[in-house]
Amino acid sequence: MSFISYLINGISLGSVYAIIALGYTMVYGIAKMLNFAHGDVIMVGGYVVLTIVTGMGLSPMVGILAAVVACTVLGVVIERVAYKPLRNAASSLAVLITAIGVSYLLQNVALLIFGADTKSFTSVVSVPAVVLAGGALTISGETIVTILACIVIMVGLTLFINKSKAGQAMLAVSEDKGAAQLMGINVNGTIALTFAIGSALAAVASVLLCSAYPSLTPYTGAMPGIKAFVAAVFGGIGSIPGAMIGGILLGVIEILGKAYISSQMADAIVFAVLIVVLLVKPTGILGKQVQEKV
Amino acid sequence: MKKLKQAAALLAAASMVVASLAGCGNKTAETAAPEEAQGSAEGTWKIGGIGPTTGGAAVYGLAVKNAMELATKEINEAGGINGHQVEISFEDDEHDAEKSVNAYNSLKDWGMQMLVGTVTSAPCTAVVEKTHEDNMFHLTPSGSAVESIKYDNAFRVCFSDPNQGVASAQYIGENGLASKVAVIYDSSDVYSSGIYEKFAGEAANQDFEIVAAEAFTADNKTDFSVQLQKAKDAGAEMVFLPIYYTEASLILKQASTMGFAPKFFGCDGLDGLLAVENFDTSLAEGVMLLTPFAADADDDMTKKFVAAFEENYKDTPNQFAADAYDAMYTIKAAVEKANITPDMSVSDLCDAMKTAMTEITVEGLTGTITWTADGEPDKDPKAVVIEGGAYKAM
Repeated sequence: MSFISYLINGISLGSVYAIIALGYTMVYGIAKMLNFAHGDVIMVGGYVVLTIVTGMGLSPMVGILAAVVACTVLGVVIERVAYKPLRNAASSLAVLITAIGVSYLLQNVALLIFGADTKSFTSVVSVPAVVLAGGALTISGETIVTILACIVIMVGLTLFINKSKAGQAMLAVSEDKGAAQLMGINVNGTIALTFAIGSALAAVASVLLCSAYPSLTPYTGAMPGIKAFVAAVFGGIGSIPGAMIGGILLGVIEILGKAYISSQMADAIVFAVLIVVLLVKPTGILGKQVQEKV
Repeated sequence: MKKLKQAAALLAAASMVVASLAGCGNKTAETAAPEEAQGSAEGTWKIGGIGPTTGGAAVYGLAVKNAMELATKEINEAGGINGHQVEISFEDDEHDAEKSVNAYNSLKDWGMQMLVGTVTSAPCTAVVEKTHEDNMFHLTPSGSAVESIKYDNAFRVCFSDPNQGVASAQYIGENGLASKVAVIYDSSDVYSSGIYEKFAGEAANQDFEIVAAEAFTADNKTDFSVQLQKAKDAGAEMVFLPIYYTEASLILKQASTMGFAPKFFGCDGLDGLLAVENFDTSLAEGVMLLTPFAADADDDMTKKFVAAFEENYKDTPNQFAADAYDAMYTIKAAVEKANITPDMSVSDLCDAMKTAMTEITVEGLTGTITWTADGEPDKDPKAVVIEGGAYKAM
């Protein structure tokens, strides 16, 4: 029975990683850059919800919507101000370093505004916990909502990319930026849209993350951000189903490793698995081998 | 006003440079010492304090600074120590070892004769090297790491980290609080793992059993579902948390979500749990913690201290404030025991104080304290339980 409990916790934690990983993988697939500030956008989302729900006493739905709007705007602004001017720079490292810079900027601004104290986050999930097998197995409302949200997002995103015009444009840009532009696709607009969607997902992830683990500091986004990046690489960076599978597997491995091997080695186990997977399959689980054409 | 601030900052910077230069050459410091002693021959005790008054640990440093001021005011109003008034000067170290040594050097330039500090362990461990070189009497209110007082000139008011582990195990065992105990600790933190090791060692002598010992690390401290599940499966009646309050607030939340309701017991790191913003304090109901001081205790001394502190600083004193208050009265008691005067040299004062410290008994806010020659306090551990969102003495 405790195995099932561990498994459900793992899937729940993995679902959060998966939603964050989607942001990494979409941006990488389309703009070919690693947006290291993604984790910190989550933290900003958390503070927006906290300010609106706890600070102003408005309903959680208003808080979630405001967080989605704020993160979307933030994502687009970061892209426009910090990444776009460097897109055609000589070195692709420039934009990577800028991303790290933005990450620290967001952390320090949050530190300045909200202080270093840990803020306790009131869960915005009102679904009651489910008690099974006479109390031996309790599944919290947050866990149920997180897993459901993850499934809905995955289905919605897959439909959006495969059925809508904007989604097709994203696919085209990720295949070949130059050719897409020649076909009349607005490449800059498409990249901005990608950042908008990725950041909106970060807002959703922030609500789920902070509801399940109710503490918020300016560094809250950092570690989940890195884990989600690992999940994206694990699943095959650039692949949307890959990010989902990578995220959930990572969560399950982390929790089961903690439970059955060693609770203090959890992170070491996660990264060891990553190394093994990459040695066997360098492009990740669902990554495609791209042939360089001369 | 701005000009004045700049000038002050420049002056402070300059004095730091001078101080650090002085610190380099031991000879300069020694030749300077007799002059300092003469400088204070007019008859005031010059006691320095060091602690973080800015930065992340500022709450600890400010508490100590305020309590030192309060105690000094009271002592001076009552006629000083051995008939001499007390003067204090408190320097900020931002909880940084290097800045702490700089602060120590500038206090020496000011003419410090005894040091109360430093407030936090890591800087204290650095500064004790300097006080040992200078043979300056060093009493830390709250530096709890073992190495913080490793020389014979250094003493402390609080329990050392490992001693909290021993004291917790004894308290749980002797009061029969539980027979099956689980521990959740931070293996990446020396405070937490130090307490855990001593706790586990002492548990062998006590009438309870450790059924699960689960660790977490600084990089993985939001999800405790696994550790709690294992404690639950092992049938633990009590979970011992030798950790800081931030993680403890998450553990309490997650335990309640999964329907696990053991007793919780922690050390001084849990002090601050009730102050976590937006924390549902009903989750902390019944949590016990080993802390030397509870602001709501109803003895006269605590009541008087809390009232005076609240009046002067608009804040409820925490255990750091109590430790610092006791530190000032400890110095008073030891000086009176040794019957020394401020015109003696720093080193002579220190030698006299070393002997006197082991002979005195201080009735302080944090208990009745005596000291051993290695600088460790000997006092009864006190525990408080959280009831109705406030500490109640047990």
